[in-house]
Amino acid sequence: MAQPLVVKKDDDLDEEEYYSPFLGIEKGAVLQEARVFHDPQLDARRCCQVITKLLYLLNQGDTFTKVEATEVFFATTKLFQSKDAGLRRMVYLMIKELSPSADEVIIVTSSLMKDMNSKTDMYRANAIRVLCRIIDSTLLTQIERYLKQAIVDKNPVVASAALVSGIYLLQTSPEVVKRWSNEVQEAVQSRAALVQFHALALLHQIRQNDRLAVSKLVTSLTRGSVRSPLAQCLLIRYTSQVIRESSMNSQGGDRPFFDFLESCLRNKAEMVILEAARAITELNGVTSRELTPAITVLQLFLSSSKPVLRFAAVRTLNKVASTHPLAVTNCNIDMESLISDQNRSIATLAITTLLKTGNESSVDRLMKQMTNFMSDIADEFKIVVVEAIRSLCLKFPLKYRSLMNFLSNILREEGGFEYKKAIVDSIIILIRDIPDAKESGLFHLCEFIEDCEFTYLSTQILHFLGNEGPKTSDPSKYIRYIYNRVILENATVRASAVSTLAKFGALVDSLKPRIFVLLRRCLFDGDDEVRDRATLYLKLLGGEATVGETEKDVNEFLFGSFDIPLVNLETSLRNYEPSEAPFDISSVSLETKSQPLAEKKTTGKKPTGPASALSGPVPTVDASYEKLLSSIPEFAGFGKLFKSSAPVELTEAETEYSVNVVKHIYDGHVVLQYNCTNTIPEQLLEEVVVFVDASEADEFSEVATKSLRSLPYDSPGQTFVAFEKLEGVLATGKFSNILKFIVKEVDPSTGEADDDGVEDEYQLEDLEITSADYMLKVGVSNFRNAWESMDPESERVDEYGLGARESLAEAVSAVIGILGMQPCEGTDVVPSNSRSHTCLLSGVFIGNVKVLVRLSFGLSGPKEVAMKLAVRSDDPEISDKIHEIVANG
Amino acid sequence: MVAWFGDMRIIKRTISGELSLLPLFLNNVKKEGTGDLEEAMGEFSKESCPSVKNILLLDSEGKRVAVKYFSDDWSSNASKLAFEKSVFTKTLKTNARSEAEITLFDGYIVVYKFVQDLHFFVTAGDDENELIIANVLQGFSDSVGLLLRGDVEKRTALENLDLILLCIDEIVDGGIILETDANTIAGKVATNAVDGSAPFSEQTISQALATAREHLARSLLK
Repeated sequence: MAQPLVVKKDDDLDEEEYYSPFLGIEKGAVLQEARVFHDPQLDARRCCQVITKLLYLLNQGDTFTKVEATEVFFATTKLFQSKDAGLRRMVYLMIKELSPSADEVIIVTSSLMKDMNSKTDMYRANAIRVLCRIIDSTLLTQIERYLKQAIVDKNPVVASAALVSGIYLLQTSPEVVKRWSNEVQEAVQSRAALVQFHALALLHQIRQNDRLAVSKLVTSLTRGSVRSPLAQCLLIRYTSQVIRESSMNSQGGDRPFFDFLESCLRNKAEMVILEAARAITELNGVTSRELTPAITVLQLFLSSSKPVLRFAAVRTLNKVASTHPLAVTNCNIDMESLISDQNRSIATLAITTLLKTGNESSVDRLMKQMTNFMSDIADEFKIVVVEAIRSLCLKFPLKYRSLMNFLSNILREEGGFEYKKAIVDSIIILIRDIPDAKESGLFHLCEFIEDCEFTYLSTQILHFLGNEGPKTSDPSKYIRYIYNRVILENATVRASAVSTLAKFGALVDSLKPRIFVLLRRCLFDGDDEVRDRATLYLKLLGGEATVGETEKDVNEFLFGSFDIPLVNLETSLRNYEPSEAPFDISSVSLETKSQPLAEKKTTGKKPTGPASALSGPVPTVDASYEKLLSSIPEFAGFGKLFKSSAPVELTEAETEYSVNVVKHIYDGHVVLQYNCTNTIPEQLLEEVVVFVDASEADEFSEVATKSLRSLPYDSPGQTFVAFEKLEGVLATGKFSNILKFIVKEVDPSTGEADDDGVEDEYQLEDLEITSADYMLKVGVSNFRNAWESMDPESERVDEYGLGARESLAEAVSAVIGILGMQPCEGTDVVPSNSRSHTCLLSGVFIGNVKVLVRLSFGLSGPKEVAMKLAVRSDDPEISDKIHEIVANG
Repeated sequence: MVAWFGDMRIIKRTISGELSLLPLFLNNVKKEGTGDLEEAMGEFSKESCPSVKNILLLDSEGKRVAVKYFSDDWSSNASKLAFEKSVFTKTLKTNARSEAEITLFDGYIVVYKFVQDLHFFVTAGDDENELIIANVLQGFSDSVGLLLRGDVEKRTALENLDLILLCIDEIVDGGIILETDANTIAGKVATNAVDGSAPFSEQTISQALATAREHLARSLLK
């Protein structure tokens, strides 16, 4: 055992004072001490102490300069002369820490190579590890022979050292390591547990790009020659990789290797059981029969005495609950006892799992348990819980009262910004999606801003209040809260409170005189922004101004969203040169450049499970589209915009020109908005227009086109084509599109375009208008009430056979897709393996006709799906039409 | 329209203050349930070999006794210290004395155990098998216990820092687990004892364990 580095002081003194053998240590002094390395008579213990001190300094974050490091390194190499084993170990450690440069490495290679061939196992193993860390590929070929020998060395420590070094070297010199395949394969059969583990890891990495080889490896090893738990974990990982890749190619039949995974659930080692259970839950399209054994072992883990085990199990089950909530319900009792777990990570995961799997009746009980829980967890956990509650509330809108109460209670408690923001966001979303919750929600928010320390949240709530408050039954009760802000808060909040007051004034005539009084008081505010706003709004509302002459303009100014991307506005303003012509805001491009990228990100991140499809209406008519279209004179007479579709890509990604289209539906017209981007820096496109061939859509006739004057590189622009159709006719059809334009060469260095252009065209993909385009997704909070309030006379019921389908879920989503309606109450999620399913849809059909649909699906035969469709709507004719759509779809 | 925007100052404030609601409305549907905890559980990279991101041994004030990082996630000493500080404060109030505890934060899982005034931590990526990491921690804390002959406290650890450093070196190499069995680890480190005066090898492992137990019992009786 090593002696203490400093002579011990008296015991009783130590108890009192802070004591460390490294107290007052200094780099300079230690570097001086390192001179002992040069002594002809080495004192091994002394040297060892100095190395420890050096390592201590490095460990504490001290760094050596280049010169110091070189000096220490050369001094350390001298220590190879000593025969002391302990000192040699420290020397190895020191060399690794110093990570010498290439020209320095040469000094130690011969010493290390000598150790590599030493008779002492410990020398061999450590010399290999050190050498492989510092060596470059040219030197590697010199020692390759020894390394291959070491891999199959009798001593497991030596073999492991060589294998682990191999994994490391594979990154820098793969071609060399790949030649060791045979030796590594031999090592996989080793009797030593860890050698097997390291060999398997290396072998897989060598072969990882060769699917067939990996598959063969798995096939041979799953027959049972792997004993070490760590190696078995690896094998499970590789097996699920093979399963994943093979299931992409072949379908049907039993999953290969599933038996192996299942057998691992009965392994002695807990880590193997966990690995296997997790692998099973993550299989693509896992069935509940496959899930059951894995869930069972995880359930056992839940009541383990080891926190790590409970955590691992609850974390896995939490993930399963997102996709297969029913499979996890068996564990609910164990899960509930975990709410009071000492470890808050476990408790939070348990709560969110319960929230995911819970049903309507258990909500109240859960809420009660959670109130105690919330007070003693960290903010980040609270945010997770708040988000889980939000989705639960959207799933069970009838329970909004207890959930909203819970949110308002925690809003009043202590918490940081992120946490409060999550609560406020949730309340706002609930108010938006559950009409019944509006009044109480707004009231909670008002209470909150009375004592809110976060300016950002206050302004956000005030803005929201301005939009929603005037539409409530008694708007006047909010005025007090808002005006309190003007009196009590900082300038930013005061300014937005003034705006909110103005909104009330604009919408509620009875309040107008009182609002005027309040706004006039704001004219004497200490802050210029507040005064400016008050002045502006007084003029606007007073009607005496020249600016907003009509009431419509006033409302648009107050409530219209600011839809111009700030980046674009900023560039336009920078480019604006002061002149006679005023700055024209309508000339600012509305396209955001980064939009496609952002979209990709969200789709990529979106979980594939049905959790993402939780109810929540998609924004209806996008105000920015409406504004854009009404600003084009050709389309001004089309009436009110009914629906704008999501952009449909008409080009492949990364083509010369990228084009997507948005379908705008009016009662008697359809406008196609083509968003074009030119991705070639050397080109300028002019007179861009889309030529649309509507020969396969004979119910449409083209009435107008609006071309795009110029389309420079990487600055998106829009061109439009408008069609007329008969009002009330559900016109559908296919359009083929060709992009036509004049190309001009651009010199990329100067950015100037040639004068002469060449006409050119570019084939785009076809576009379809389907009946779903005439349907707006509008959810209802309580489907049953809504259904019963509809006239039963308007109900039309019929049955359909959908033929052979891949699964029930697939049939459900296909019908939802055809109708384009909003699934309600989470009924678009089909529990796996169920034989029947009821799906509730709601929407607004063109002409503002409310439609509700009840779909009952059932499996007759092995894959045959039958469906009963019941429709109620404001107009019986529309009910018939829905049936027509389904019959034709 | 033009005139309305004459006073750009107003507009600018309005945007930064209030319209930030807009993206909220558009995104919230997609964002359902993506809290830290859940987001961290994204894809499990199943192909990779289990790996350890760092091993930390801190004292009861969160100061370093010995640490070793195997990952580039922390590029500077400052970011390492920041990580240690947040790990330490997050785990400080928990009771990780009888059983190893676990926490998940910043996208890492951290398994930890406290013995006397020493705090042992092992960190891994959030997709790692928790039990493998717990196994590493167990190997680490138990072998330190053996090497310090049961006297697991900061002072002894610092006095025998060379053993602690060698011990870490024997457990993980470049993030890959080398050995998790405490007896084997302690054996490998102890054969390198600096001088012959008190060789660890003379004492058998079972003796060492006995000493450890004795120390533990004594500390409990205090």
